[in-house]
Amino acid sequence: MRIAYGKALAAYGAENPDVVVLDADVSKSTQTHYFAARFPERFFNLGVAEAGMLDTAVGFALGGKIPFVNTFAFLLSLRCAEQVRTCVAYARTNVKLIGAYAGLSDAFDGPTHHAIVDVAVLRSMPNVTVLVAADAVEAAKLVPVVAEYDGPVYLRVSRAEMPTVFDGNHQPQIGKGTLLRAGEDVTLIACGVMVARTLEAAERLSKKGINARVLAMASLKPLDREMILASAAESGAIVTAEEHSEIGGLGSAVAELLAGEQPVPVVRVGIPDTFTETGPYEALLDRYGMSVEAIVSAALRAVQLRL
Amino acid sequence: MTRHPEELVAHLSQQAMELRRMVVDMIFCAQSGHPGGSLSAADIVTALVFHKLRIDPADPHWPERDRFILSKGHAAPLLYAALAVRGFFPQEELKTLRQLDSRLQGHPDRLKTPGVEMTAGALGHGLAIGVGLALTARLDCLPYRTYVLLGDGEIQAGVIWEGALFAAKYGLENLTAIVDYNGVQLDGFVRDIMPLEPVVDKWRSFGWHVMEIHGHNMRQILEALDAADDIHGKPAVVIAHTTKGKGVSFMEDDCAWHGRAPTAEQCDLAMCELGAEDHD
Repeated sequence: MRIAYGKALAAYGAENPDVVVLDADVSKSTQTHYFAARFPERFFNLGVAEAGMLDTAVGFALGGKIPFVNTFAFLLSLRCAEQVRTCVAYARTNVKLIGAYAGLSDAFDGPTHHAIVDVAVLRSMPNVTVLVAADAVEAAKLVPVVAEYDGPVYLRVSRAEMPTVFDGNHQPQIGKGTLLRAGEDVTLIACGVMVARTLEAAERLSKKGINARVLAMASLKPLDREMILASAAESGAIVTAEEHSEIGGLGSAVAELLAGEQPVPVVRVGIPDTFTETGPYEALLDRYGMSVEAIVSAALRAVQLRL
Repeated sequence: MTRHPEELVAHLSQQAMELRRMVVDMIFCAQSGHPGGSLSAADIVTALVFHKLRIDPADPHWPERDRFILSKGHAAPLLYAALAVRGFFPQEELKTLRQLDSRLQGHPDRLKTPGVEMTAGALGHGLAIGVGLALTARLDCLPYRTYVLLGDGEIQAGVIWEGALFAAKYGLENLTAIVDYNGVQLDGFVRDIMPLEPVVDKWRSFGWHVMEIHGHNMRQILEALDAADDIHGKPAVVIAHTTKGKGVSFMEDDCAWHGRAPTAEQCDLAMCELGAEDHD
């Protein structure tokens, strides 16, 4: 996925001369080196100085540029949180925050490098749009979407090679979800790597006689209200699945919406309120509550709660 | 270097005193705000807003305008007074400082107040923001210059020195920083809270051209700002030695006046000391 992002950014750089790219000594990880090689005059490697990089991006935005700020998601959302709050969100500057290596995807580097609260932090800030890419196709397609939206955006991308979910016709939009599978018994709403796992869970559920609807929700803020409310009304039970803490992410966003508008059972799949550990990526996802089986169990529980 | 006429220097000094009176009055009316750091920076901000900056109140977003980032955002009353007198918005509005529905927030808000380039208040952001603006000017071949006014307590923040590294790396000769070195911060004297000396050596070793001036001497301020225009290949910083609370004897050098509003009696006294002819 990260290579798709890096190549898409370089390709979009050729189309839009206002794009500038900033990185904090991780361009080989974030894949901004593709952009750097093509447009060295518009690429700024500012070293291990994330907070300063964020402020510099704000200056670019004030000057009319479209700065893409790249570093690990945990640094962008936590070390730079005050920069983002004051100078991007509150000041509504047109800065694009690209959180790389999100979730547990930097698996072997361990909990210091896992980003499990980034969405919670950024989603809570007014004016910030929050997007999570589900696969390489979506990550690449989101680059122009992010650039052409006028305002602060956080885009979460993964280090992992994620299963391909979308074909080339997919066109992600801010505020819109994607219906991946029809079903009336329960609605499974997923983002990121959990979209592929959720489709697998839906297959298993069908063998148990449960017909699950699957929505891919790349846009966590704003949510696709109409789609979620309609699905809640039609299926009466919701499961959310995300590679993030259960606190503050997709599950929270969906529950916040439904609690006030269309109360139905919402069972959240994500990382319980705990830090993670070092290990192989897929095994970590399974260990920390995000297995396909966990989604299946959540769906069964949601259906049971509805009755 | 051109020598600035006596009349200009005198006029700007008088303008700075006028801004000081406005600041004290605004903070008195609001019964809230930061007088000390506004009074110390009054001469510097006057030199910028009324002389050096190429800005147009009729066209606040003119692409080629010079950019002025007030990084020490708590000096907002001073910035507001200067912008109002310069014609960016009506002076009557100054009385609304810090009130509900006012365009004049407690700290500068770029989306609310005409002429405010950047939101500020949380300290430490302005220098790296200035770097982004200066790099943009270079990319777009625009002639504008970026000025960043920093507090002395503010440069205790690590992110300031990240910005200092960036500016030196890119040799930003179109960026001028000014440090309002009044020696007093919220909790006490800078030298006690977290000493900055040798501050000139610090900036120099970071790759900056450093000038040291008396920050209440208008001629020195003007000359330093002009001199910065002629520095090539590196950014320039002006260390302006100032007095916190300058012009009001009981506020001077006293951290208690970092963020406190005067009483009616104190306001009268301050106005008197600042040369108000008829204050009521």
